[in-house]
Amino acid sequence: MTASNHHWRQFKNLFMQGLTLVCAVLVVLPLLLVFFHLVKEGFGALNWNFFTKLPKAVGEPGGGMANAIAGTFILLGQAALVGVPVGVLGGVYLSEYGSSKLNWWLRFAADILNGVPSITWGIVVYALMVVPMRGPSALAGGVVLGLMMIPLVMRTTEEVLQLVPAGYREAAFALGIPQWKTIVQIVLRTALKGIVTGVLLALARVAGETAPLLFTAFGNLGWAHSLKEPIAALPLQIFNYAISPYDDWHRQAWAGALVLLLLVLVINVSVRFLTRDRFGKRQ
Amino acid sequence: MTETNDMPQTTPKTGDNAAAIPALAVRNLAVHFGKNKVLKDVTIDIAAQAVTAIIGPSGCGKSTFLRALNRMHELNPDAHMDGDIRLFGDDIYARHVEPVVVRRRVGMVFQKSNPFPTMSIAENVTVGLRLNGMKDKKLLAGRIEQSLQMAALWDEVKDRLNAPAISLSGGQQQRLCIARALAVKPEVLLMDEPASALDPLATQKIEDLIIDLKKEYTIVIVTHNMQQAARISDFTAFFYLGELVEFDRTKKIFTNPARKQTEDYVTGRFG
Repeated sequence: MTASNHHWRQFKNLFMQGLTLVCAVLVVLPLLLVFFHLVKEGFGALNWNFFTKLPKAVGEPGGGMANAIAGTFILLGQAALVGVPVGVLGGVYLSEYGSSKLNWWLRFAADILNGVPSITWGIVVYALMVVPMRGPSALAGGVVLGLMMIPLVMRTTEEVLQLVPAGYREAAFALGIPQWKTIVQIVLRTALKGIVTGVLLALARVAGETAPLLFTAFGNLGWAHSLKEPIAALPLQIFNYAISPYDDWHRQAWAGALVLLLLVLVINVSVRFLTRDRFGKRQ
Repeated sequence: MTETNDMPQTTPKTGDNAAAIPALAVRNLAVHFGKNKVLKDVTIDIAAQAVTAIIGPSGCGKSTFLRALNRMHELNPDAHMDGDIRLFGDDIYARHVEPVVVRRRVGMVFQKSNPFPTMSIAENVTVGLRLNGMKDKKLLAGRIEQSLQMAALWDEVKDRLNAPAISLSGGQQQRLCIARALAVKPEVLLMDEPASALDPLATQKIEDLIIDLKKEYTIVIVTHNMQQAARISDFTAFFYLGELVEFDRTKKIFTNPARKQTEDYVTGRFG
């Protein structure tokens, strides 16, 4: 209980506080590094052509990644069609219906699926879709991304549904409202913000996937005219351009990476916007 | 020895309602959750258009008893019930009777007010009707006013029916929950400590409201507050360790109870 003891404790306290602050900054630092580097290298190659033109042959000036940008959106749209309904309804089952024993296994399976390397997903869909369909296709690319979304969406849906206080369910049941209507109109509505957030974050996560698309969507230097054709995607195009020996393509790869990062950023920001509930910000 | 032989009185003389059919006739009700017996052999008649208070120390089974009256206890998958409960003569546990139907006839208000946060005041009132298929806008509008009037909330919210329900104060939220329960026109209203989370002023409003409501409704209220039971109820049932110890007119329970246990409890000597 001496004065020096007090100073020593104060010092330890300050030291630990400083240490955690340094680590917190270290979390943000990589994001800033990535962002500034991409802006520095890629911004110069960003222009109207980049968003509207198809890739040109090496050496020809101009050209863009319109096909890859559109392709990424098409793939994400398909992925959402596969991943969102299955994921959300699966999450509803886990949270609202399932028995604890079955739930344990379902959660276990979902967690394992979340950890499956993305290239493994690619191989599986390659064997199940690409081989029987005799070639890579946009469809296969959408399906593989959708499959990857399912466990992500399912777990986040379950988590946010669990956050809905049991009192709301009880209140609805006590009014004689059937369970499925309670789930749709009360529970899901209350948790909508969280579910949309989960879905968008899952989309952001698969938007950057490259490995599973290598042998499913495959990539395409032109437009895909149907979902049965190979389709371009930003990550694929970045990959192909980055490993090429041409400076021109390298610049375009940087620009593509910047666009991809901005896309993910936009998704994250819109999460915050879209999900403000109709009574304004309160939560 | 004489004390153990005299069974709790199950059908107190009620004056006006003496000949009337009880709102709820409970016979040999037993409820257990897994191996845990929560209620044993409860037999009681709950009079219509009266307030019946359920009192007893924590864990005595009073909430379970209340929830058995509209089958809410079935939300717990381990729950098992024996016995017989009749709502104005209808067996609510009969095989073809769905809990959903029972709960439309026996409404419930909870300890913690729970208006739906995604809905406005008006939407909260009508939710039970709308989600059960009522679409008639005029009828719904009428029911909003009627229910809020009955819950003594209309004057405070009539200018902001479309405001979010959770913008109301705690006491107003609880009255909104009462309005929401009344909107589906139940025959019986169960209340599980509806005022225990409220300040004295809000509590008084709820109590006045309950006394008002018994003109039309049968009310069963669980309360920890002995004075509240004495103030608002016509009949009081004292539960202890899962058994109905004594059931009689409130006045008798609080002035001249038949059982020593009851007397000890209402005078604050235990519990």
